[in-house]
Amino acid sequence: MIKVENVYKSFEGRTILNDISHTFETGKVNLIIGQSGSGKTVLLKSMVGLHTIDQGDIIYDDIQFNSASKQDKRHLQQNTGMLFQGGALFDSLTVEENVMFPLNVFTDLSYAEKREITYKCLSRVNLDTVAHLFPSELSGGMVKRASIARAIVVNPKYLFCDEPNSGLDPKTSIIIDNLIMEITKEYNMTTIVNTHDMNSVLEIGETVLYIYEGNKWWEGSKDNILTCDNPELNDFVFASKMAQKAKDRL
Amino acid sequence: MFKGFELIGRYTLLMREVFSKPVKWRILLKQFIAEVDKLGIDSIWIVIIISFFMGAVVTMQMAINMQNTFVPDFLIGYATRDSILLEFSSSVVALILAGKVGSNIASEIGTMRITEQIDALEVMGVNSANYLIFPKVLTGVFYFPLLCLISMFVGLLGGYFIVFTLNSITQNGLLEGYLYDFNMINIYYALTKMVIFGFLITSISSFYGYYAKDNTLEVGRASTKAVVMSIIAVLLFNLIITKLFFNYN
Repeated sequence: MIKVENVYKSFEGRTILNDISHTFETGKVNLIIGQSGSGKTVLLKSMVGLHTIDQGDIIYDDIQFNSASKQDKRHLQQNTGMLFQGGALFDSLTVEENVMFPLNVFTDLSYAEKREITYKCLSRVNLDTVAHLFPSELSGGMVKRASIARAIVVNPKYLFCDEPNSGLDPKTSIIIDNLIMEITKEYNMTTIVNTHDMNSVLEIGETVLYIYEGNKWWEGSKDNILTCDNPELNDFVFASKMAQKAKDRL
Repeated sequence: MFKGFELIGRYTLLMREVFSKPVKWRILLKQFIAEVDKLGIDSIWIVIIISFFMGAVVTMQMAINMQNTFVPDFLIGYATRDSILLEFSSSVVALILAGKVGSNIASEIGTMRITEQIDALEVMGVNSANYLIFPKVLTGVFYFPLLCLISMFVGLLGGYFIVFTLNSITQNGLLEGYLYDFNMINIYYALTKMVIFGFLITSISSFYGYYAKDNTLEVGRASTKAVVMSIIAVLLFNLIITKLFFNYN
């Protein structure tokens, strides 16, 4: 479980996050949704330590992350996997080396053991046949899957996904969404997904936090997001004419 | 002025991260070998080509400007040797490396920054500055002096080649000049400079790459800034080290 309490963050005097409090539950896919520029990526990056918050607390189970020592933070980060928007695979390494990277850095396992774990993760995301390729030789969906494999190779307790479906076609998006969902259940992780893709929300949004202009505006789940009466959320969810027509039929 | 201090402060803070204890020494060694291959071995040919031709040209210029009845041939060799050993093989080679290696480092690290690869390292709990920059700095400090030695040898060889080809002065005269009043302190001086230049070029270039932001245009800018600042640093420290080494008043 990850808790954020009264989090504030601003850049050059501009408030990006304004008093955000929320609990992200273990074993569930927790979504953060909102329009572009609403502050969701800043919140996600603050939670993993890429941004320093101005005020508030970020608590991983019983460990206060934002006030932890550098050493403790690094230790906590070793239990964290993150899927970046562009995949962020290391260009100079093959898929296999990318996935094996955290094991090389943080474990003393033999090469055979590391290879076994790596291939287990790669086959989990159906990439074991392209392990020898470099990231530049992969499709967008493959990059995302390889990135997921790298994120789960150390068996993390927390998984963060920043716009996992950006740049992907709807079918591949659903494959990635389902993969995230399955892995979350399999590893019993606290998964937090940042998205503005409504397909994802309706597919995997077990808990949903809606951020509007840096404020927590609504929380719920995929089951009640379509029927809520929050006007800003409705504007976001039913932005297209097609979605509005669908809503009218509900 | 304030911006300059801010820049130095950020550079110092980054260097503190760079010189912290690596997660695993074995990984550092592996990275170091990879960097030597990428930055060092790849630079050997350009150093050899430039040194050979510069050695030949310096010798030719010395001969053209000094050759007369009253100047013995060995003085041409002597002046050529000291020019190559004292300045060319360290300072000029460092300026060339600032362009080649500096832009390579800044664009590589800058690209990693904008494609979130550095963020990925940080989220994993890896000290990205240490992991990425330390091996490059070690390469600069330990490998650039070797390039300097190669440059000295090839530069002198270039000088000998031009004398051998054109026969404008005697080969024996040139070789006598190469060996005349040889002082090892000149080699130590050149190598000391190269160690410092190696550090400056790799660390400054890494600094600009590490703090590149937003887009690919910024990577290009970071790369240009890295080369310009490395060159300025090399020229400035060349002056300071020369003053300190020879206590020139």
